[in-house]
Amino acid sequence: MPPAGYEAVIGLECHVELSTATKMFCPCANAFGAEPNTHTCAVCLGHPGTLPVPNREAIARIVKVGLALGAQIAPHSVFHRKNYFYPDMPKNFQISQFDLPICVGGSLDIELADGSTKTVGITRVHMEEDTGKTAHGSESGRIHDATHAAIDFNRAGVPLVECVSEPDMRSPEEAAAYLRELRATLEALDVSDVKMEEGSLRCDANVSLRASGADAFGTKVEIKNMNSIRSLERALVYEIQRQAEALDVGEAIAQETRHWDEDSGTTTSMRSKEEAFDYRYFPEPDIPAMEPDPAWIAEIAATVPELPRARRARYVGELGLKMDVARVLVADPSSTVLFEGALAAGADPVPAANWVTQDAAALRNAAGGGGALTARHIADVVALIADGTVSNAGAKQALEASFDSGEPVAEAVRRLGLTQVSDTGALGALADEVIAENPDVVQKFREGKQGVIGFLVGQLMQKAAGAANPKLAQALLRERLQG
Amino acid sequence: MTTPLCDLTGAELAAKLAAGEASASQILASSHERIDAVDGDVRAFLTPTPRLAAERADELDAYLSTGAPQSPVAGIPVALKDVFTTNGVRTTCGSKILDSYVPPYDATAWTRLAGAGAVLVGKTNCDEFAMGSSNENSAYGPVHNPWDLERVPGGSSGGSAAAVAAGETVWALGTDTGGSVRQPASLCGVVGLKPTYGRVSRYGLIAFASSLDTVGTFTRSVRDAGSMLQVVAGHDPRDATSLDVPVPDYVAGLEDGVGGMRIGVVAEAFGQGVEPAVEASVRAAIDRFAGLGADVGEVLLPHAAYALSAYYLIAPSEASSNLARYDGVRYGLRAEGDHADSIAMMFATRGEGFGPEVKRRIMLGTYALSAGYYEAYYGQAQKVRTLVIRDYETAFERFDILVSPTSPTTAFRIGDKADDPMAMYLNDIFTIPANLAGVPAISVPCGLDDAGLPIGIQLTAPALHEQTLLRTAHALESDLALRMRPPLLEDVGT
Repeated sequence: MPPAGYEAVIGLECHVELSTATKMFCPCANAFGAEPNTHTCAVCLGHPGTLPVPNREAIARIVKVGLALGAQIAPHSVFHRKNYFYPDMPKNFQISQFDLPICVGGSLDIELADGSTKTVGITRVHMEEDTGKTAHGSESGRIHDATHAAIDFNRAGVPLVECVSEPDMRSPEEAAAYLRELRATLEALDVSDVKMEEGSLRCDANVSLRASGADAFGTKVEIKNMNSIRSLERALVYEIQRQAEALDVGEAIAQETRHWDEDSGTTTSMRSKEEAFDYRYFPEPDIPAMEPDPAWIAEIAATVPELPRARRARYVGELGLKMDVARVLVADPSSTVLFEGALAAGADPVPAANWVTQDAAALRNAAGGGGALTARHIADVVALIADGTVSNAGAKQALEASFDSGEPVAEAVRRLGLTQVSDTGALGALADEVIAENPDVVQKFREGKQGVIGFLVGQLMQKAAGAANPKLAQALLRERLQG
Repeated sequence: MTTPLCDLTGAELAAKLAAGEASASQILASSHERIDAVDGDVRAFLTPTPRLAAERADELDAYLSTGAPQSPVAGIPVALKDVFTTNGVRTTCGSKILDSYVPPYDATAWTRLAGAGAVLVGKTNCDEFAMGSSNENSAYGPVHNPWDLERVPGGSSGGSAAAVAAGETVWALGTDTGGSVRQPASLCGVVGLKPTYGRVSRYGLIAFASSLDTVGTFTRSVRDAGSMLQVVAGHDPRDATSLDVPVPDYVAGLEDGVGGMRIGVVAEAFGQGVEPAVEASVRAAIDRFAGLGADVGEVLLPHAAYALSAYYLIAPSEASSNLARYDGVRYGLRAEGDHADSIAMMFATRGEGFGPEVKRRIMLGTYALSAGYYEAYYGQAQKVRTLVIRDYETAFERFDILVSPTSPTTAFRIGDKADDPMAMYLNDIFTIPANLAGVPAISVPCGLDDAGLPIGIQLTAPALHEQTLLRTAHALESDLALRMRPPLLEDVGT
């Protein structure tokens, strides 16, 4: 909750590295984690005479993002140069977009903790290039006494999408929900790795306070350097408190950029509005305006998958899943794939969802990967339990075996002797034995204590070494006791 | 005595090679002899490449001796303005900041010439980063006009123009951003062609002003200009602004004449500032067109008067950004000393590495793009550019070709205008509009003034109408039949 008497106004600027095979303006590989300066060429090192040629796949991907967010794909859009000097920017300008971005408008629906939905407006989504990375070398490792700087240009020229929200969020929780939903959406679109820890998803926040009920916005502050959704939330909580305390004592808020320090849990001033760069934007003369063919946009639109919010709604509304289960399924794309595959193989949705989110998820977590598990395994487990071939407990065992070996579940059940005995004759003989061995319990049952049947079923299961169909066992016992 | 091979045209050399009357090595030797004889005075070359050239010529002779099919370019000595990147060969842009720079790749235009068998004789001097009209802005000293060593060759491609005029090379590439091929061609008495913007790839052309920079050719005949364009023209996937349209045959229709051609004389181009000898010579050439059956009339380009001002906002703006990369971080000069931080090192490098004209233009451009001034300067200049484009569209509804002087004056003395940037900028008053509009233009020698200095006439055509342009230029060249040979060459023998 914001401090009493104030309302927080929050907007987010997110940067997303696209996971295209090559960089934005040259044929170099776009890959994270390689040896420094191994994915570079004359173009992305800004050598004299080189020219940028836009990566068509990157443009297709930002169009896909725009379509998924309900943005208008601009019929005429222009790259601009953003000019400023920095050693890790090879040309000392960044090719970006200014007043004519490729995606205009749009929105993202976020789910709040109380189960309600809020629509956050998207101002624009535009295309640009990433910079290199600088490491400052010094005894202390701190920038101010650095004796040298080492630059890795592998990241220079990686396609970067900037997505700017409207100032529609009113609390750190809403901001976090927005970032989570954006990440899930980008993940579903399969356009980026969206890993905040690797920097393929980065987020800056603009936040201001105004008196509750006021229309006019307060002075906004930009916060940078949040490396996780949690740090975004923490930074906003801190910053809102800081601004409220200042306003309480009549101090004006300075329009500035502040740096979030994860360790101290505070923000500190980086630069004021007066020190802000003049980027001297002008249209990039080396790249013609983009005027995408509507037929091409339609082709891309056809590749936009069902998005997380729609998927959750369908799972709950049409398939009868609980919202919690639907959330877990949709939050993890590989779970979604397993579940959808099981559905396609004819599995009953509710048990299939439970198997995917519980046992299969546990197996995958323990193994740190998907093992040999397929959607077919999930569908088979559900079917084999339903038709009585295997018990729940047996199915778990079989699924674990299949996870490791990939063998069909039915085969694992057979190989491990997990098939339930559903032979009336064999089980009948065991039932007779149980009744003969437990005269006291039988007496209680006949006196009306129906609940003791559970004990007798347990005895029978023990004799069958777990391989009996418990439903059938109970039926046979009842038949004998009541008959 | 026979004419030295280096004084022949490319077409004549191709014929000699085909007939077995000359070898690539002999042609190259002739070119080297001339360089040895005159370049100490002319100073056209910054980096001659004799060893590479000799190897190349030997390879070509071996190849040609097998009876393999011959390209019209094979064995022809070519010089490159030192703004084209050459893999493994130093490329300076006439600047101290790139004094030690050796590019890791070849410019597309050079790749195409080399692929067709041209032999690189060296990299030529130019105004620093192609900024200038006299070649006096080179960090390596001025080039001297072969027609009068006391005078400038024009600029910025002065070294290429002088080298072709003096027979040090047969062909040369230059770049034309505001007249940097046509004006030195005019002042040195050679043919200078600036094709349509986008017709020739700019990949490997070290940028001055990206929306204006055009690869151009220097030759001693219009036919050679066509042959050279033929090789370098065409779409390049490495240049997003290169045009993806077929390349026609630029030589086939050269002899078709100008009968019925509608030729518009740009009325404003004969006002103040044009030397009487220049006006007389250009008017006489225009009369030739009439005599050859062309339909000559007068045309107005009302906004051309504002083109110079617009150019000196647009070009410096783009340059201020294009030249930002020279910072000492990755290549080229790095300022020595104990710098406070990386940014301080970058700024110190730029302070040391750039010459005064380059700094002047970077400052002009930085100012024009600043927040609060952008609309008044850069924005306004772009509007003027649109008006200039419309002027041409209107003019080309009535005319096939427009004519004017290339430069208001013949070659001026070294030092005469060096301290007056505005006087220097006015040199390009007739050439700049074609760059703003992106249309092709050519300068062809049309006479000499009383001091024996060459005069050039400029022809301009609609975008992608290089065939018409070359055909018209060829008709005039044939009719005039001038013998354009700098007196300097009389001293070195024929």
